[in-house]
Amino acid sequence: MMNQLERSLLDRYQRGLPISATPWADMAQELGVSEQEVLSTLQKLREQKFITRVGPVFDHHRAGSSTLVALAVPPERLEEIADFINQFDAVNHNYAREHEFNLWFVVTASDQAQLQSVLDTIECATGMPMLNLPMEHAYHIDLGFKLAWQE
Amino acid sequence: MTLTVQQQETLRAAIQDGLPLTARPYATLAQQIQASENDVIGQIQHWLDDGLIKRMGIVVRHHAIGYSANAMVVWNVPDELVDFVAEKMRVFPSVTLCYRRPRRLPDWPYNLFCMIHGRDRHWVLQQIEQLVQHAELQSIPRAVLFSQRQFKQTGGRYARVG
Repeated sequence: MMNQLERSLLDRYQRGLPISATPWADMAQELGVSEQEVLSTLQKLREQKFITRVGPVFDHHRAGSSTLVALAVPPERLEEIADFINQFDAVNHNYAREHEFNLWFVVTASDQAQLQSVLDTIECATGMPMLNLPMEHAYHIDLGFKLAWQE
Repeated sequence: MTLTVQQQETLRAAIQDGLPLTARPYATLAQQIQASENDVIGQIQHWLDDGLIKRMGIVVRHHAIGYSANAMVVWNVPDELVDFVAEKMRVFPSVTLCYRRPRRLPDWPYNLFCMIHGRDRHWVLQQIEQLVQHAELQSIPRAVLFSQRQFKQTGGRYARVG
């Protein structure tokens, strides 16, 4: 499914992307390929939607305000409500999960007041039971993880 | 740091969807915010050192590359034990995230969350069993919430473009 260079890029650069004027060239040198190969491979991975982006993962708690929200949605309305939720720019990572609380999403805003306003709008518009579960402490944060390749 | 507050905000908004995949991405960004390439690099390095940026790298779509089983495992850990339990949990290799969040009684008794990604459900369930053994969690009530569908996966948008 993925060629060797694609795998190497994902194995090596989920973190630690070179912060230099020529990051692709630095990566190319480390992997023993050309700068153009690195760049075109990243472009291809993004076009094919294997990756969302190459760049920063912000600590939302420092970058603004964010929280994890769950809604208990009647199954037959899940798709409709998910579409509604997706319309908010403040929403990312919107997943259906197996539970009575079956729609889970992250809301991120520039400050607490904006965040609360999005939550109020969603709660009011859906009228469904909602859990607001802000992070209290991070024991282990997203640093990418080792992928187990298989043919 | 020589970027103005306005330039910093514009830069943050510009990179939340990733670096431009141009030959000199930081020069491209510098042009957008009318700063020098060096200042942009310095600012991003500063955010990274400072912890505002957790990591700089490739953000993988796990579903797309075959990691279709993703379980959020939630635990109801007595408050006085939660730090202790979390420390054991976070070092378990397949745990990719571990957060404490508030309970919302009576609907939601769980205060510790971890995430396990895998290629299939069976493997993930095995990992959870091993985690229970490893961290001695047999008596801790838990729920396993596999993801069924992914409706949206983007970077957080705390900053507006423009």
